[in-house]
Amino acid sequence: MATAAEQTRPEGAADDFRQEVRGWIEANFPASLRGSDNAMSAVEGPTEETPDQRQWREAMGDKGWGVPTWPKEYGGGGLDRAQARIVQEELARAGAYNPIGGMGVMMFGPTLLEYGSEEQKQQHIPGIARGEVRWCQGYSEPGAGSDLASLQTFAEDKGDHYLVNGQKTWTSGGQWADKCFALVRTDKSQKHAGISFLLIDMDAEGVETKPIRLISGQSPFCETFFTNVRVPKENLVGHEGQGWTIGTRLLQHERNSLSGGSGSASRMNAGNAVPNIAKKYRGTDAEGRIADADLRTRIVKHEMDQRAFALTLRRAALEAKGNAGPSAATSIMKNVGARITQDRAELNIEIMGMQGLGWEGEGFSEEELSQTRSWLWGKAVSIYGGSSEIQNNIVAKRILGMLDHQ
Amino acid sequence: MAALNDEQVMLRDMAREWADNESPVTAFRKLRDAAPATGFDTEAWGAIGQMGWAGVVIPEEFGGSAFGYLSLGLVVEQLGRNLAVSPLSSTAVAASAIVMGTSDTAKQDWLPKLASGEAIATLAIDEGATHSLDVETTVEGGKLTGTKAFVAEGDGADVFVVAAKDGLYLVAKGEGVTVSPRKMADSRSHAEVRFDGAPAEKLGGPELTAQVADRAAAITAAEMLGMADSAFHQTLDYLKQRVQFGQVLSTFQALQHRMAKMLTELELMRSTVEGALEAIDAGRSDVDQAVSLAKATAGETLRLVSREMVQLYGGVGMTDEYDAGLYLKRSAVLEVMWGNAAYHRDRFARLNGY
Repeated sequence: MATAAEQTRPEGAADDFRQEVRGWIEANFPASLRGSDNAMSAVEGPTEETPDQRQWREAMGDKGWGVPTWPKEYGGGGLDRAQARIVQEELARAGAYNPIGGMGVMMFGPTLLEYGSEEQKQQHIPGIARGEVRWCQGYSEPGAGSDLASLQTFAEDKGDHYLVNGQKTWTSGGQWADKCFALVRTDKSQKHAGISFLLIDMDAEGVETKPIRLISGQSPFCETFFTNVRVPKENLVGHEGQGWTIGTRLLQHERNSLSGGSGSASRMNAGNAVPNIAKKYRGTDAEGRIADADLRTRIVKHEMDQRAFALTLRRAALEAKGNAGPSAATSIMKNVGARITQDRAELNIEIMGMQGLGWEGEGFSEEELSQTRSWLWGKAVSIYGGSSEIQNNIVAKRILGMLDHQ
Repeated sequence: MAALNDEQVMLRDMAREWADNESPVTAFRKLRDAAPATGFDTEAWGAIGQMGWAGVVIPEEFGGSAFGYLSLGLVVEQLGRNLAVSPLSSTAVAASAIVMGTSDTAKQDWLPKLASGEAIATLAIDEGATHSLDVETTVEGGKLTGTKAFVAEGDGADVFVVAAKDGLYLVAKGEGVTVSPRKMADSRSHAEVRFDGAPAEKLGGPELTAQVADRAAAITAAEMLGMADSAFHQTLDYLKQRVQFGQVLSTFQALQHRMAKMLTELELMRSTVEGALEAIDAGRSDVDQAVSLAKATAGETLRLVSREMVQLYGGVGMTDEYDAGLYLKRSAVLEVMWGNAAYHRDRFARLNGY
């Protein structure tokens, strides 16, 4: 269903709005940044902002268009979906990136808007909308991966505050984050119902982070240790024991963004297309086909998969018009997105042979070295945000109504 | 589901209701056992004609509704769910060959009759066991000569849209046309059709043949979508009922993940099929790519779902009493028809320059 505003707004108004957006971008987007990407990389960590980057972030922050559909009163753009799409299209047209991003935008913001108190929204949303506060996710623990609800980090009730003790892991960007939204246990006698959703300052006393080195050589994740960390009671979102409900809602937002529902997967898959790499490295036959017939077949399958996925994302977006947000179907999208990312990387390194397995230094092009790293990093996509197996459980139970083993 | 307009929603719901009430799988069984020479049920076809489904891609001036291919696909999908038998797909696609063609006589003579269901048409393109637009059929002095293999709905057709070396022709049943039934595993109408100097009216060149074959493939994919969706949900219902080891089968994770995987593929299949039908309606320049994507995906996905249906039903899936085998057999035929997955993958790669 279209919103009332969409239904009644005449065609001309959309054109006027587009003109307004175009004009504003022209006036505010520094030409030096055209075609460049956001300074915040999930994998490599943030780099020092240039004055132009800073100016652009602040301009978008003031306007609220980094989070176009969030309410204006909390620093969002207050736009409807159609207008938000226009902003996105005009940014792309101008070669401009959205400088407002990260976990606050993708996961925590939408969740807090749904479950947070008025005070919490006023306190936390504007900082996210302006790209000033970086959030990280305190969910997984060494003993609680796929079985997340078995988490043990404990928040002890001390009257006016909680005293938090425990360890989180796979904290994306934990070493650079200002704040953490965490699932903690407030009741040891119940599994799911004993979990609460708590907001923790990363610079509070007793919070320590230690980067984890991955097979790709990168360290985008941390272990995070909480030792007698005092957290004010007003940092509890919802009520005690509501953490699992809030936390899984947040995971739907996460899956949605990981699956490309907000465009991140398509960015991940951008770059030189597999068929072109194959033609370059393996050559073609007299008819212009990739010479290795077996490889060619697998490339077509992959390309078709990718095309089918793009059509499915488009269809899901059309169908979701007016719905409350991501649904269980995002589990399907997350799995397909992961499969495509991994197939693509496997094909690329296969095509390049030894040249596609270089680690560093001479003898390899920039593109070849990045293939190695993204192939290795890509193994994470079917594990993080709920592994493919967990997504299949969700699909079976929530969409197909297949019950748990008794 | 694509973004449908009110007419399309109505059409889809009406087709679903008719298929469930008037043409469930038991109707197919009855027809199979009665085995009429034409290969379809005249009463059901009469109803389809009255509802105007045969005219969905025919312009209004010739008695159709001109709703377009997405609309036709929606109807065919609903009928496919129940393995409903009718010459709807063949008649509608053959009619659009006449619509897209250059012969005004053919339009005047045939389109009103095809739109109302009074006449039945079909495509006679392939000459071998697999799909190919390389044909031997020739036309000299308005007389067409050649042999067409596995013509769907050939047994009951009044008129044929025939591919020759230099393009597409219209040939009416009668003088110089011999139809020989080919009984196949899906118990539907397929025939070898021999043309010996049959009077032929030209509709267009080889590019029209290719465009019509694309439309046929897209509509076949829509039938496959309905079948796959229904076969999947029947299997799911069965897993929720069948008890072994004191548990319903649907509680076993090994089976849950297989079903989740199938649902995933079904979602992709739906997007590609609807995408191809929308591309046709929009007159996009890459209809050929969209169709190859849809037919290849449909072929792979229906193959997966129909084979799993038999496997997951277990022993009873092997019996004629249960429906799994009926879906399996029809699936295999449609996988081949208008090009199997391998054919369309090769074509897709060529169209994309690799």
